[in-house]
Amino acid sequence: MLVVIPAWNEEDALPGVLREIRAVCAAEPALSATDVVVVSDGSRDRTAEVARAQGVPVLDLPINLGVGGAMRAGFKYALRHRYDAVVQLDADGQHDPAAIPQLLAAAREHDADVVIGARFAGAGTYTARGPRRAAMRVLAGVLSRVTGTRLTDTTSGFKLAGPRAVPLFASEYPAEYLGDTVESLVIAARAGLVVAQVPVSMRERQGGRPSHSPVKAAVFLGRAVLALGIALSRPSNRTARARFHAAAEVKG
Amino acid sequence: MSGYLTALVVCAVTVGTIGYLLRSRRIREKYAAAWIALAVAVVAVGAVPSVLTWLARLLGVQTPVNLLFLVSGVVLLIVCVQFSVEISQLEEETRTLAEEIALLRLDVEDLRDRGVRPGGDADVRPPPPAPPA
Repeated sequence: MLVVIPAWNEEDALPGVLREIRAVCAAEPALSATDVVVVSDGSRDRTAEVARAQGVPVLDLPINLGVGGAMRAGFKYALRHRYDAVVQLDADGQHDPAAIPQLLAAAREHDADVVIGARFAGAGTYTARGPRRAAMRVLAGVLSRVTGTRLTDTTSGFKLAGPRAVPLFASEYPAEYLGDTVESLVIAARAGLVVAQVPVSMRERQGGRPSHSPVKAAVFLGRAVLALGIALSRPSNRTARARFHAAAEVKG
Repeated sequence: MSGYLTALVVCAVTVGTIGYLLRSRRIREKYAAAWIALAVAVVAVGAVPSVLTWLARLLGVQTPVNLLFLVSGVVLLIVCVQFSVEISQLEEETRTLAEEIALLRLDVEDLRDRGVRPGGDADVRPPPPAPPA
């Protein structure tokens, strides 16, 4: 399994996250064969050096592509190095690596290809308030219908992609706004993958606080609905599905 | 200066500029057709303004100049949409290249760490010949 950490100017938080992952992997026998790769998304600080100093391989993108672009590079790396599964984990310390075994367990239990570590599903104290919460609810409602599973948190960046999802995401992982969360779920559902979610507790990020301004929430909702609408209106992605099945056959 | 002369000068400059850009390969051939068509149309209308009047009557437009505005607006719109499409394609290509560069850079670092030097004096032997089946 491969843990992919998209990082953009995260030299402060990254070393702690890497240490935590190593500790978790050492403690869990199920995670003994887990590797980590950091995708430095056009960082202007020492993100890449900090990771290399800990012996972690770095995909150093020459320009900033956004989380979706960074993750597709990560998925390509995983595919070429024949990893079965990819865990996406943020570099800001918001996601607790100790929850990775829960994601794996959920994937096994539901035979799921994509497992979301959801923030509002009961565990932990992380909440979003006001209009932003309402916007997220709308998204969750629509995506629950698309994926055929009840989802409560569709914008989480803490996700597991299984053996069938890795080749798909290595070729189709949108770089647009919310493409790495909302649209990628639509792509997965359209390709016939099983999506599940598991509650995880989320920590406050170390720097910067999420905004609760109603204007920003409205903008967020507008862009999210637009992204979702475009994703859903795409002609049922036949090329993606064909490519995905071809890749699946090659893998055996 | 008469209005007719003004129109002719504008036409000549437009056509000349497009011709120059095409010949000096600053516009790629795949965009050339649209621009050549536009240049021809500009020349035709500029040289023989009655063409416009005739076309307007044919299409049921009462004021010929409105037909000119309509057509130029539509042409600009099409060009803008085409540029949006091209830009999106370029961004996707840039993104793919950036990902590939990052992946290759990591491979190079890997090889260097394992002592394979770019000079090629490493222990890289050709694979043994396949045994006959």
